[in-house]
Amino acid sequence: MNRVVEHSEEAAAFLKDEKRAAWHDETLWFVRAKRDKAAHKVADWEELRETASQIKDHTLSNLDEYLIQFEKKAKENGIIVHWASDGNEHNQIVYDILTKNNVKHVVKSKSMLTEECQLNHFLHYKGMAVVDTDLGEYIVQLRHEQPSHIVLPAIHLKKEDVSKTFHEHLHTEKDNIDPTYLTRAARKVLREKFITADAAITGVNFAIAETGGFVICTNEGNADLGAHANKIHIACMGIEKIIPKAEHLGVFLRLLARSATGQPITTYSSHFHRPKEGQQMHIVLVDNGRTRQLGREEFRNSLKCIRCAACFNTCPVYRRSGGHSYHNSVAGPIGAILAPNLDMKANADLPFASTLCGSCTNVCPVKINIHEQLWSWRQILMKEGYGGFAKKSAMKTMAAVLSNSGLYRLSGKMGRRFMGWFPALINNKLNPWSKQRDMPAPPKQSFNEWYKNNRKNG
Amino acid sequence: MKVGLFIPCYVDQFYPQVAIATLQLLEKHGCEVHYPLHQTCCGQPMANAGFASFSAGCDKNFTNNFSGFDYIVSPSGSCVLHIKEHLHNNGKPEQATHVRHHIYELTEFLTDILKIENITASFPHRVGLHISCHGQRMLHLSSMSEKVEPSFSKAEQLLNGVKGLQLLKPKRVDECCGFGGTFCVTEEAVSVQMGKDRVTEHKANNVEYITGGDMSCLMHLEGILKRQKSAVKIVHIAEILNAQ
Repeated sequence: MNRVVEHSEEAAAFLKDEKRAAWHDETLWFVRAKRDKAAHKVADWEELRETASQIKDHTLSNLDEYLIQFEKKAKENGIIVHWASDGNEHNQIVYDILTKNNVKHVVKSKSMLTEECQLNHFLHYKGMAVVDTDLGEYIVQLRHEQPSHIVLPAIHLKKEDVSKTFHEHLHTEKDNIDPTYLTRAARKVLREKFITADAAITGVNFAIAETGGFVICTNEGNADLGAHANKIHIACMGIEKIIPKAEHLGVFLRLLARSATGQPITTYSSHFHRPKEGQQMHIVLVDNGRTRQLGREEFRNSLKCIRCAACFNTCPVYRRSGGHSYHNSVAGPIGAILAPNLDMKANADLPFASTLCGSCTNVCPVKINIHEQLWSWRQILMKEGYGGFAKKSAMKTMAAVLSNSGLYRLSGKMGRRFMGWFPALINNKLNPWSKQRDMPAPPKQSFNEWYKNNRKNG
Repeated sequence: MKVGLFIPCYVDQFYPQVAIATLQLLEKHGCEVHYPLHQTCCGQPMANAGFASFSAGCDKNFTNNFSGFDYIVSPSGSCVLHIKEHLHNNGKPEQATHVRHHIYELTEFLTDILKIENITASFPHRVGLHISCHGQRMLHLSSMSEKVEPSFSKAEQLLNGVKGLQLLKPKRVDECCGFGGTFCVTEEAVSVQMGKDRVTEHKANNVEYITGGDMSCLMHLEGILKRQKSAVKIVHIAEILNAQ
């Protein structure tokens, strides 16, 4: 993905519409508050997070073995297993399955992996029609947009926007913004798509090594409708979705929906083990940089992520900049630590789209130290030269001044005098601090000077 | 008890009254306070911008200035956190370890080391509390809204003893103000919006002052308040605890 605009510029554009931006912030804060309420109802919540974290750590340390175990069991169950080293290979595998079976129409339920691999784009150019059946994804698909949030893909849109989009594409009544009316209109179209499709693509939330089965969580039941109504079911998953045992679902399913939306559990938690008679069931296991991330000691535990988006909802920066400003399929704090692994140059701005407040780390149900990884990515990206020469020299000068007591006092004194003499220059709107903020009034003397004048025991 | 007073660079330059209040407060509670005159900065501005590799000079200077004290105390959670997490000195590793293990943010030093239960201060005003993230989430100076844990706050414990003070909390009790070091200029739009939102919630409580443990957050909020020509003022917690 080629970055044209930096996160900060996109965020500034997003904030221009103050009312809409405030609504976006409030809406996602409401989801965060629901998450808090749900978490506080579970007395052993912190223990549950720790357990989940340890299961994932263990799994990542033995990922090769669990993947092989999963493949073996899945095959025994009659599932066809494919391996893809990157996004292109994944897309080609899916395309080959579809063409081999003369598929023309595909329904797809939510899968961030297929977004990451840009499967829709790939299949579209091959002349195949893919319809996203998650309501939010369907809306953004009609608008030729990317999801702005991994759980709430159309959260950047208001019902007025949806009404307009549906009026344009589905010929619903103009300006009818009743959510029930609009949802029913989408349902009518989507039901038809489920029935007339030739194949269903789904994501995977959890794949269980000991059984060879997998679990898909949705609130709309759209994954089930697709998978059950079609002769071909292709489930696409990143290799980090493996968990060792079925009993571990008891930990992850309790955490997932509570962290995501504050629900005790997703409306549908569907378990798939084998194809029904006459059906083909495929699983595509995708690496796409995951083994590279596994090899980065500081960042490997980002692969524990179960894609609940709690870190999005709590992030004060995400809420005020919107998902599209992250120019990556996964936005938010977790996206900002996953994206540089995929392309350092294109995503060098993302680890800086954070105040390092640490709220993301606190809500993460699998205890990923997100804010620490943001900090570590900053070090690596600057070391690799993605900060540019100007920033590097400015920082070098700053470091030289701040580490030398004499230079520091001299520049402090000059700076304060300068500010005292020319306050208008300091509060110039070209200075990013002063665009919407005043500088502090310069005191007559620094503490150091006061101390020398008033105390002698230093 | 020999205490080294660490005054962050921007407090030294812009808010000397906060440093004076900290010094007087510690002395009032029986500490023998020394202020090493050659101290500068903790190195955090470079490190958070991705240039931790440039902070060796700051680390060296910090170790030289502060390794001789029983405790090092500073009126800033953020700078203390940086020293605790990132101070390294290859030439003097033992001294660096001593500094990392004996540096305290002011309120935690007052409650945990000096074990002050009754503060003798008076500040008869409506005061909003801004919780700074590094102090809260990384130094654990208070419980966190994201976590299922018993509620506590070292700042509140102290402020509750201040005569006449009415403590008021914003609706989102511990949301970040948006300062974030260089973030405040590199992501200017988001930073300011976050600050404005904090200010709005405090104003809804009709506060006269906004206080907190980190002057950097307060400087950011002050900048916004002043631009809005608001009557709400900022005051560091050390100034309140030292007020008579």
